[in-house]
Amino acid sequence: MTYHHILAAGLMLALCSGHAYSAPTTPTYHAADAPEGTPVMYVGHMPPVMDQGRYFHGIFNQLEGRYSATSTEFKWDGEAWYGGDYNKLWLKTEGTLQRGRLHDGDHELLYSRAISTYFNLQGGVRADIDDGPTRTWAAFGVQGLALYQFELQATGYVSDRGRFAARLEGSYDFLLTNRLILQPQAEVNLYTKADAGRQVGAGLSDIDTGLRLRYEIWRKFAPYIAVTYSGYLTQARTIAHSQGEKTGDLRFTFGIRSWF
Amino acid sequence: MSSPSFLRGGLTRRRFVTSLAAGGVATAFARPALAEVQQAGVIPAQAATQWQLTVAHTHIEIDRKSLKAPCIGGSVPAPTLRWRQGDAVEIAVTNHLKHQDTSLHWHGIRLPAQMDGVPGISFAGISPGQTFTYRFPVTQSGTYWYHGHSGMQEAQGLYGALVIDPTQPDPNACPRDYVIMLSEWTDVDPQDILNNLKMQSDYYTFRQRTAASLLPDAKAAEGVLPALKDRLAWSKMRMAATDISDVSGIIYSYLLNGQAPDTNWLGLFTPGERVRLRFINASSMTFFDVRIPGLELLVVQADGNDIEPVPVDEFRIGVAETYDVIVQPKANQAYTIFAQSEDRTGFARGTLAPRAGMSAPIPPLDPRPVRTMVDMGMGTMQPGQSMQTMLGMPSMAMPPHTPMATLPAAPGAAHGAAAPQHTHAAMPMAAAPHPTASNTIAPVPTASTPKAKPPAQPDDTMDMSGMDMSGMDMPGMDMGGMSMPSRAHASTAAHSPHAMPLSNTTSPMAHRGGHIMGHHTGPIDQAVPPATPSTAPPLLQVDDPGPPPLNVENQNIAAMPTDRLGSPGDGLEHNGRRVLTYKQLRATRPGTDSRPPTREIILHLTGNMERYIWGFNGRKFSESGPIRLKKNERVRFTLINDTMMEHPIHLHGMWSELENGQGAYQPYKHTLIAQPGSKLSYLVTADAPGMWAYHCHLMLHMDQGMFRTVIVA
Repeated sequence: MTYHHILAAGLMLALCSGHAYSAPTTPTYHAADAPEGTPVMYVGHMPPVMDQGRYFHGIFNQLEGRYSATSTEFKWDGEAWYGGDYNKLWLKTEGTLQRGRLHDGDHELLYSRAISTYFNLQGGVRADIDDGPTRTWAAFGVQGLALYQFELQATGYVSDRGRFAARLEGSYDFLLTNRLILQPQAEVNLYTKADAGRQVGAGLSDIDTGLRLRYEIWRKFAPYIAVTYSGYLTQARTIAHSQGEKTGDLRFTFGIRSWF
Repeated sequence: MSSPSFLRGGLTRRRFVTSLAAGGVATAFARPALAEVQQAGVIPAQAATQWQLTVAHTHIEIDRKSLKAPCIGGSVPAPTLRWRQGDAVEIAVTNHLKHQDTSLHWHGIRLPAQMDGVPGISFAGISPGQTFTYRFPVTQSGTYWYHGHSGMQEAQGLYGALVIDPTQPDPNACPRDYVIMLSEWTDVDPQDILNNLKMQSDYYTFRQRTAASLLPDAKAAEGVLPALKDRLAWSKMRMAATDISDVSGIIYSYLLNGQAPDTNWLGLFTPGERVRLRFINASSMTFFDVRIPGLELLVVQADGNDIEPVPVDEFRIGVAETYDVIVQPKANQAYTIFAQSEDRTGFARGTLAPRAGMSAPIPPLDPRPVRTMVDMGMGTMQPGQSMQTMLGMPSMAMPPHTPMATLPAAPGAAHGAAAPQHTHAAMPMAAAPHPTASNTIAPVPTASTPKAKPPAQPDDTMDMSGMDMSGMDMPGMDMGGMSMPSRAHASTAAHSPHAMPLSNTTSPMAHRGGHIMGHHTGPIDQAVPPATPSTAPPLLQVDDPGPPPLNVENQNIAAMPTDRLGSPGDGLEHNGRRVLTYKQLRATRPGTDSRPPTREIILHLTGNMERYIWGFNGRKFSESGPIRLKKNERVRFTLINDTMMEHPIHLHGMWSELENGQGAYQPYKHTLIAQPGSKLSYLVTADAPGMWAYHCHLMLHMDQGMFRTVIVA
């Protein structure tokens, strides 16, 4: 037993001293993990496998008309990315068109880096461009697949005026059948300071949520019906109310989810 | 050149063009000629040494799916080539594709490295308008195949059968002899398939568990609650138990000798005749489960090498494998050759009949398999069950993630036919802390050690000091009560890849290897000069990278991979039929190299289904250099499949001798299915110098990085 204690102590020592124990002639890698730089002259400099392909995809998660007795609006929420397994350029855009006016326009251009099995780290810029005053933000967040297969996006922002904001977005696909899919989805925005010009209040400012039932006629093309709710919360609610805007609306919605 | 008369006698339907056999020009624009002269599945009447093949785009429509396929002689599959063992063959391949390089790889054929046909590794490929002449001696016999290794041409029809006559009389010669080539056909570009999978990895899976399937699931699980629990467990892991094949019958038509099920390929026989069927799985992404209702299948050859005949009702054939079976239909009736895809989304079908125009009923597809915790490498755990409850179980297998260590390899140990090759039982574990395991392992005997002989003798003691428990940090797991004192001999450890490596405890070097467990930058342990006399067995140098990292490229760690050589595979267990297993494969001749291995290379098959990345040890091809083997080195490859899918692993240029307990008669294969959550090993004699490809033969997995270059020098 003591022998093993000595061994264990030696082991700890060895660990602390890093590679000091490596004999110079010893290869420092495992058979299948030779460093990339290990010189291999491929015939015609042609690697036998091209596993570093780049791909380009885009998706409209929401492309929908929202109807209620008092108001009707058109909403889009989409993203596109280009890149390989680790590094991607990511574009996100959403906005609402109501009575010819563009609201809640939010456009982000991000660099996305795969950091774990299911998550990407993303950083870049966000521009709030619509018919209201324009704001620009630096954005930093994560996007991925959380436990139990929840799609999750959490992003923090800091504006050119030194304000902070955060957005949390999630969705989940319930497979009723292999093509009929029920998707609850929600997005909330938080801000540190009110911005009346954009109907933004300090704290929890707005929520946009929906329960969508889509049918995947084809994976890339799925019409859906939904019930959606969008509304202002807490301080923003007061702001919107004072500006004569509706503070929240539950709407019957239909749209198309499509991607390429 | 002439084949034995008993072979020829059965081949009356063959009208193979002799000009082709004589090296003529028939194939240059041979579409009509070949279509006439070579009926799919029929073997040329005679072997030939000179061949001219032309790869060109041809518009082909099968099952209402039309494609401009890169193929040979305008046919899918390409013509069957018949060679003879001992001949030197010369195959001139001309590329008539407009803008693509092409290549042909002779799958399973032992040949000089530069003739192997892998662009970048063997040669530069064949550019448009060019001709490359392959020249090599044929040293083996049996059923093989050839396929393109450029772009994704093998998925679009660039594949054909190879039949090699043995120089000795063929013990399995039959009056009827057909090639049965199974493959897929789709009009979707393989690059688009990949593109879709990159965006949504279950793009082609329409057999998932849904609300609608809850009732049947509950019935199977004997309760709604267990069914829901199971779903939650899978969902928590962000994986799908219904993930069987990446690409399915939703876009594939499954072909038998190039014929869709509707057009029904026909092989004639005379009742009472023995019929040899040379099954080849030439598909790019599909495993098939093959049977012929009403007929017993006598499996006589695997991957081109004769085996002791095994009578079965059914067998699974992984991508790129071949099996020769003999059937003897006695009745004057038709029989259906039924090959259902593993995911049960479709089937290939043909008919054996005494006369044309006959057909037999097509059996219904079996239920699709559902993955279990065994496939996750969690042993026999149930979903949601923690390791804690497992630890008390008698059958607990040790995690394989052992330090690299040097151990004496007992001569002949690898060939001990009687010795169980994959025992988990005999593994003493000395108490030793590990930096990554916060728990101290206390020597508490478990129920699994009836043969235990504690305390272990000093030189019987396995060194666990470097054991990495990091792969086992599953929720709810407690290593505190874990220990396995029991008895082990050097020989057991040496020939059983499942045993913990036995360290020469007198050598400090043996332990140096241990501490770098799980770190990919660690040194490889060197063979320690034996302190014993020079007659001692050679040392086995174990190269164990430890459990793969959970990272962008790897989704799962098989904490308790099991020996699944005795299992026919997911979806085939307990189906009421006799299904072939790897354990049953026994060569008819003893192996040619009886040396024990001097090195063991442990490789983890890893991947991230969600991102659709595949690799070894959590790295794809482009992130790793070559695997280097010394010329004539005897190496054991141990594969631990951490993914939940089967991977058909193919080493070019050298045989893979599967350690399946058949000792000196272990089968020689070129492609081995690593079942999900399993561990298997095979021996390789590195007798073929040069650069070779080593990869998963699921084409998209290969393409996404489950590939390594092997250099023998």
